[in-house]
Amino acid sequence: MKITICIGSSCHVHGSRPVVEQIQQLVEDNGLQDKVELASTFCMGRCREGVCVTVDGEFHSVKPDSVGEFFDTYVLGAL
Amino acid sequence: MKKFDTKVQYLKYKVLREVAREAWAGRLPQTAFDIPKTIVPGTQPTMRCCVYKERAILGERVKIAMGGDPRNENVIQVIDIACDECPMGGYEVTSACRGCLAHRCEDVCKRGAISFDHNHVAHIDKSKCVECGMCAKVCPYSAIHNYIRPCERACKVKAISMDESKAAHIDNDKCIACGACVYQCPFGAITDKSYILQIIDMLKGSIGNTKYKTYAIVAPSISSQFTYAKLGQVITGIKRLGFFTVIEAALGADMVAKAESKELAEHGFLTSSCCPAFVNYIQKNFPDLEKYISGNLSPMATISKYLKDKEPDCKIVFIGPCTAKKMEVQREEVKQYVDAVMTFEELQALIDSRDIDLTALEEGVLDNASYFGRIFARSGGLADAVAQGLKEQNLDFDLKACSCDGIEECRIALLKKSKNVLDANFIEGMACVGGCIGGAGCLTHGEKNKAEVDKYGREAYEKTISDALSVLK
Repeated sequence: MKITICIGSSCHVHGSRPVVEQIQQLVEDNGLQDKVELASTFCMGRCREGVCVTVDGEFHSVKPDSVGEFFDTYVLGAL
Repeated sequence: MKKFDTKVQYLKYKVLREVAREAWAGRLPQTAFDIPKTIVPGTQPTMRCCVYKERAILGERVKIAMGGDPRNENVIQVIDIACDECPMGGYEVTSACRGCLAHRCEDVCKRGAISFDHNHVAHIDKSKCVECGMCAKVCPYSAIHNYIRPCERACKVKAISMDESKAAHIDNDKCIACGACVYQCPFGAITDKSYILQIIDMLKGSIGNTKYKTYAIVAPSISSQFTYAKLGQVITGIKRLGFFTVIEAALGADMVAKAESKELAEHGFLTSSCCPAFVNYIQKNFPDLEKYISGNLSPMATISKYLKDKEPDCKIVFIGPCTAKKMEVQREEVKQYVDAVMTFEELQALIDSRDIDLTALEEGVLDNASYFGRIFARSGGLADAVAQGLKEQNLDFDLKACSCDGIEECRIALLKKSKNVLDANFIEGMACVGGCIGGAGCLTHGEKNKAEVDKYGREAYEKTISDALSVLK
């Protein structure tokens, strides 16, 4: 599974750093390092919906306080 | 609102803007010859002796705006017919000499070069004068003037001389492409080659960033430019030109600061490698010190490498204050990462060629880097960032930085290092006075620019280098 997180200016201001840090931590806590590949990009063209995240190409709008919910549903739920 | 410091810059801008207009419309090269007449219509000259000479010079400017002379490898080029052949006789006594009794000039001249005519007016014997300037200093009437060409005065590496026709000539073996002469020549006879045509082709060829993406990397000194609009509006304007997104070169600076502080702690002595003119200066004048140049790519190249590694088919255009960056991207180790460079002057021309009114645009966001990455734009910033890099990585190294503001100061520090008498372990070298904010490709060079960069630094969302870099992988 490939999770891509936008770290462009707009998403950065919307909190891409805490999102990245939390996802990294959750991947580690769940021992998913082998199954999940984390990547970054500088823009997905949907800045208003930031922080923009894709899971295998599927778009999600994630906020720093909704990372847990997102991870449970779309990462753990899909694996 | 004032956009440029001088009318020379304004003229150069008009040429770039018209060339860009024709390029967007796909009418080049056919219409290139018509551009001079668009800029100088009618029969009355506005700058030179006649409209025909004005247009002939503009014709040369058009050529440079379209890439310049391919036989000349230097990105800085002289327009010989625009050179006014300024007097360059060195120290001469002017009509302000009152034929006084004191004769301080004679007294101070160690070479006995000063004599007096029957009116007691001083004369300088050129065969004895060594141009020390002492006579000019002591004259109470400031009657002794040093006739030196502005280009030569600006060129601290002494690459400019006079050719057979008395026009300025650049020695490419000495030139470091800093652009000081470009900014200082009052006749605009020396200019930097433009690559806007390649950039327009790149933007057109991307078909709205569907075929490939074109990224704009902007230098942090942008914060002191385009002061008639908000920075966020400039960012939106850059995207309107067709760039996919805009990224701060300062994020590359954060990456450099981290790597360079580690490298410094390991090696014990380094010079910075961010300023291409400074690196070139060391290579040409202090080859023995080349081994001390940091192995890091510049911030521009570092962030571009990061992007190209992830997305090899993307295109990258660097937008900054610097003419030497145009030379840097020709270097083997850099050209694989950066596709083209343009200055803020050229960006202004491109924006206006599309009739984009920056002040009417909504504000975009530019926020990737930390405070430290952003202050690279001014003298002293790089050294501050390296100090922070050492601290954040808990590296036990006692930094003694020597921040060199302008090539003269760089020369002195390097000379001291070559004699082993430099009391520092890190040389931050910036070829332009003030740092990048003094770059030749800036629209304006003002007192407030340093304060603007510091303010922009403080506004960064991330306060530390590690935080700014934690999102990268």
